Amino acid sequence: MPLQLPIYMDHAATTPCDPRVVEAMLPYFTEKFGNSGSRNHSFGWAAEEGADYGREMAARLIGATEKEIIFTSGATEGNNLAIKGSAYMYQKAPAGAAKRGHIVSCLIEHKAVLDPCKRLQKEGFDVTFIEPPADGVVTAEMVKNALRDDTILVTIMWANNELGTINEVRQIGSLCKERGIIFHTDATQWAGKMPTDVEADNIDLLTWSAHKMYGPKGVGALYVRRHRPRVRLQALQEGGGQERGFRSGTLNISGIVGMGKACEIAMAEMEHDAIRLAKLKAKIEAGVLAQLDSCVVNGHKDKRLPHITNISFGFVEGEGLMMAVKDIACSSGSACTSASLEPSYVLKSIGVGDELAHSSLRLSLGKWTTDEQVEHTTSAVVQGVKKLRAMSPLYDMHKEGIDLSKVQWAHH
Amino acid sequence: MAYGPKIIDHYERPRNVGNFGTQEAMKADKKIGVGLVGAPECGDVMQLCIKVDQATGKIEDAKFKTFGCGSAIASSSLATEWLKGMSLDQAQDLRNTQIVEELSLPPVKIHCSVLAEDAVKAALADYRKKNGLPVEDHDHAGDHAGA
Repeated sequence: MPLQLPIYMDHAATTPCDPRVVEAMLPYFTEKFGNSGSRNHSFGWAAEEGADYGREMAARLIGATEKEIIFTSGATEGNNLAIKGSAYMYQKAPAGAAKRGHIVSCLIEHKAVLDPCKRLQKEGFDVTFIEPPADGVVTAEMVKNALRDDTILVTIMWANNELGTINEVRQIGSLCKERGIIFHTDATQWAGKMPTDVEADNIDLLTWSAHKMYGPKGVGALYVRRHRPRVRLQALQEGGGQERGFRSGTLNISGIVGMGKACEIAMAEMEHDAIRLAKLKAKIEAGVLAQLDSCVVNGHKDKRLPHITNISFGFVEGEGLMMAVKDIACSSGSACTSASLEPSYVLKSIGVGDELAHSSLRLSLGKWTTDEQVEHTTSAVVQGVKKLRAMSPLYDMHKEGIDLSKVQWAHH
Repeated sequence: MAYGPKIIDHYERPRNVGNFGTQEAMKADKKIGVGLVGAPECGDVMQLCIKVDQATGKIEDAKFKTFGCGSAIASSSLATEWLKGMSLDQAQDLRNTQIVEELSLPPVKIHCSVLAEDAVKAALADYRKKNGLPVEDHDHAGDHAGA
């Protein structure tokens, strides 16, 4: 079969739905369309069965119990509820007062974590944003150094969405447990791809979403620990009291069933997928590095997810490069691809210079990525970089031995 | 970013990519003016080189090299196309707004056209300086559309 173009290499942004997921969801649109809150007729019962199935699968995926799963609209809502909901519950002083409590997070968290933390800062909480090291991995030691007597919450992502780097979650969880501090992790890039056990990993609150793991968009889950300790949250949305009062609103049954199916499939297949994808990713990196000089793979060499690679190509600009590889759907840390016209804050935070941040591509593989796609991607990227370097005044200067950091640039 | 056909065309078939030798060689040649504008950390750097026919006073050839996004590449490619055959004064009057119009640059990419105009001005200034001609320091900053 000929290679179909374009090739999707952006699975960290979102994934296609598994056809088995879609199939599982379909009856819940037309036949089993009931409201799971309708306790007195069969339509309601059928819907509730769907929700029960989704809840059981979501719980099993992360080693939790069903009662610890709160369905949300996705990871952004889950992060907001976990962070603001726990801060308001465990605050040391009421709204309006100062010194309401201390929160530890990190500069390279997703905006859905950073912005709720910044909101809390405005509302009288103190937040420490850990500065990550050059390899992007947040360690328990770094968290330990940031803790204070009034720390109420630590929120550190499991794996970074731009770099794929994996933080020391289990150790951070253990540290928080010792100190009696609530530990939340945004596991959006991790859950469903890598083994997760909220008991062994010492997690109190865990967020993830279905659409990053071959499920539908618009549904996610938040794990809220019920024992040792029983974590409490202040609800952010009020109404019918669904999801044990944590999250009012009629349940998105079709979405929940889809998420459940995605979790069920992930439990059976993630190990195999991870091994295969790690090999494919290594192939891209090796191919690129062998054929091009002045390239850097960003983030820790080994402590990275099997399916995400982030590479900076010196002397070419990311958006220009994405145009050169227009048959490859991927993303870039370049300012020109962001609404803010600022290069990636994640790359900047780990000390990648602005210049190389502009020059980065993130390629993220998925369970249907093939060898042929990987080969095509590698050669397209290599050709694209060569084409742009032939056009790049910086590459000429580099080859002439001019130190670009010593040139007086006319900033505009 | 979804671009119009003219940007894509200039990006895919850039006109006049290159230079007239190494930085050193170009510096030594009085027929050549080089403009290097932008900064790597801003995500765009343009180098625009002109070669002037000193008998006629017209630009006989122009080359560019650009580190930047598709719009930056297209803007500089278009500028070199226009420069060929122009007198220095005609080149001096080239405006970024003309580039914006010709390429239908989206508003967030107007700075790319500004950079191309700056590169042309810098190349002209370099040529004039080398040849002891008065450098026009007329400030066109106010003319930049949306910059």
